Amino acid sequence: MNLALPALVPALPALGAAATLAAGKKAPGLARPLAIVPVAVSAVLALVVALQLGTGQTLDAATRLTPTGGPDISLAVHLDGFSSLISVLVGVVATCVQVYSTAYLKADPRYPSYAALVSLFTAAMFLVVFSGDLIVLLVGWEVMGVCSYFLIGHHWETADARSASLKAFLVTKLGDVPFLFGIFLLGADVHSFRIPDVLAAAGEGRLGHPTLIALLLLAGVAGKSAQFPLHTWLPDAMAGPTPVSALIHAATMVAAGIYLVARLMPVFLQSGAALVVLAVMAAVTMIGSALCALAQDDLKRVLAYSTVGQLGYMAGALASGDREASVFHLVSHGAFKALLFLAAGVVIHAAHTNSISAMSRIPGLRKRVPDAYWTTGIALVALAGLPPFSGFFSKEAVLTAAEHAANGEALTNGLGPASGVPQAAGWIVLISAGLTALLTGAYATRLFLVTFHSPAGAAAAAPEVLPAADRATVVADHEADAPYSPELDEADPATAEPPAMRWPLWVLAVPTMAFGVAGLRPDWLPALLDGGSLRPTGVTAVTGTGLAVVGVLAAYGAWRSATARLATGRPAPAAVGRVPEQAGAPAAEVIVADPGRTLLGPLFGPARHGFGVDRLYHALFVRPVAAAAQLVRFLDREVVEGYVQGSGIGANLLGRAVRLAQTGNAQTYLSALLAGVVLLAVLVAV
Amino acid sequence: MHLAYPVVLSALLFSVGVYGVLARRNAVLVLMSVELMLNAVNLNLVAFDAWLRDSLHAGQALTLFTITVAAAEIGLGLAIVLLLFRARGTADIDRATALGDPAEPYASVEEEPAAAEALKGRATA
Repeated sequence: MNLALPALVPALPALGAAATLAAGKKAPGLARPLAIVPVAVSAVLALVVALQLGTGQTLDAATRLTPTGGPDISLAVHLDGFSSLISVLVGVVATCVQVYSTAYLKADPRYPSYAALVSLFTAAMFLVVFSGDLIVLLVGWEVMGVCSYFLIGHHWETADARSASLKAFLVTKLGDVPFLFGIFLLGADVHSFRIPDVLAAAGEGRLGHPTLIALLLLAGVAGKSAQFPLHTWLPDAMAGPTPVSALIHAATMVAAGIYLVARLMPVFLQSGAALVVLAVMAAVTMIGSALCALAQDDLKRVLAYSTVGQLGYMAGALASGDREASVFHLVSHGAFKALLFLAAGVVIHAAHTNSISAMSRIPGLRKRVPDAYWTTGIALVALAGLPPFSGFFSKEAVLTAAEHAANGEALTNGLGPASGVPQAAGWIVLISAGLTALLTGAYATRLFLVTFHSPAGAAAAAPEVLPAADRATVVADHEADAPYSPELDEADPATAEPPAMRWPLWVLAVPTMAFGVAGLRPDWLPALLDGGSLRPTGVTAVTGTGLAVVGVLAAYGAWRSATARLATGRPAPAAVGRVPEQAGAPAAEVIVADPGRTLLGPLFGPARHGFGVDRLYHALFVRPVAAAAQLVRFLDREVVEGYVQGSGIGANLLGRAVRLAQTGNAQTYLSALLAGVVLLAVLVAV
Repeated sequence: MHLAYPVVLSALLFSVGVYGVLARRNAVLVLMSVELMLNAVNLNLVAFDAWLRDSLHAGQALTLFTITVAAAEIGLGLAIVLLLFRARGTADIDRATALGDPAEPYASVEEEPAAAEALKGRATA
């Protein structure tokens, strides 16, 4: 097939980014087409490439980029079913996001740079997906990191966005350093950075240090895909614009880590220890993030924690040795989570707040944003994993994979021996995934009910103009102790759902509803991937769905009882007619019927603050580093600088002493001269 | 005649000259002291020339040469003293310290004119 097409796919958005940046200030009218068209064309080209490649094929092509002392670095493509699938996902989501952003950031003066960065980000993700060389892949990987940094910090006027962007950058880089060494070690063991060579070597068991390599690579994956020890950046990253959250922090960038492991699956199958580590990481991530999601007040933070948890599912499937299930879940999650974020953007635009407790007090919110209301519902059902939406099928695939791994017959699809996957990994993933299914159902229900169906919102029949319009009251409106990632928002509430923001929702809603079917027949999606079965199996399907339903019902029940308590205990209408000035934190605490509070009980407080992981890191890392920096500052200022200053001061004093001799009186000079002569004469004579 | 007489005399003359150069304030007297030192040397030269019975009389020749140079030097020196006196109104050598380093390194602007007036006052005196 023509190699120009796969080369064009990453190149076009990159060129588009350059053009957008160049034209942005001079011709603002060009910024929008320049942002949308290259990305859209790339999406089409990615689809064409996928169709040309067909199923069950791989394509490798390489040209040497630069000779090094060791293995060469080459500009290579490695196309297979996985890259086809992910590239189409990236293209579709990026196009939707670009279209959506034209409306979302309509009044933003920095729109051109924003659009250019999104395009550049898309190009980098395509590069990661297509690259057949690990070093070139790393380039795309890092460009994504930088773009993410800039995009999270888009509203750099706010301190939250600045610190969130720095945090995201530093945390992901913390994982990237071991990742880099993992790649080097892999290259040294295989004598090549080419992915096909690596896969071949791993298949033949020629790797010298598979466990070390796998663990080093996992550090980078944990950073990029927000897994347990390095997950803290993702919830804070919600300070960026919502479309960025949809593109980067739900559908693509965080998926890069999962995709990399899927690509290098044979390497990981060589090391049972690494798989167990991955399983534990995934389990802790899943359960912890689901509990956190149940307690968050910020709509986007709920979604962020949910993303972390779903990435845990994918990592769990990888730990069970089944990359097919993982990528299946990646794609369906990419669709429904992008949809959730874009819909959340619409809701946030309409409500002028991120806080779901504040949204619950807004009368008639769901009537003002009907499209967002319905698509959020669809996507949340998919998230909870209820049939027949895509989330159900992909989550069942993960559960099936874990079940097989637990029985010692992991679905590796011929990439490695089934015995390479420890049964412990399977059990860990299976149990935590079941528990997470329950919690996911609960927090999805809570999110939907509190945001759209609160009694205060339902009480007002007619849509009114939002009372709390100015930013100061909006910021004060969320619950005082909750972590909050507010976003500057200049939208006009009257036009909450412009068409450019409405249509991407429905475009993404289609795969959310229907994509799961693709896994049913072995000659559909599985043929594109490894060929294993992606059908739900009886036991896990019933258990998983049952657990999700139990979660949904529990959340609903808790919400009903909380609402009832609220209705009897306190006059709810008081909240409706409240003037914004009285919207203090204590009032917000009591008037919101939050099922999370009931369900989590004493865990609610810790879960709301992410179980204090941030505080722990602050105590463990930030404070020692700050203290060390102070020590260095002291040494530099007081000791090193002391010597430098001292030499200067000494020379100065010496100079002053010498000046005293220069009186201008010639007789003094002559006297000194004579004294010197006499002295010399005496010395010579004696 | 024994060599000791002229040598002692010249040593005395030289010492007087050194004292004059180092201790006198008037530039003219300083110049005269320099002449005394030169002539002490001349006396030495002639004395040793006679004592060594030099056939070429290098000592005497050198003395004549020194006298010539001293004449030229004194002419130049007096001219300088004259110019100094004309410019400053005084020939005191310990007042001519303009080439010295001022006591206060970064003298403020107000002190500069004061010093200039002091100089002017001296010139008129």
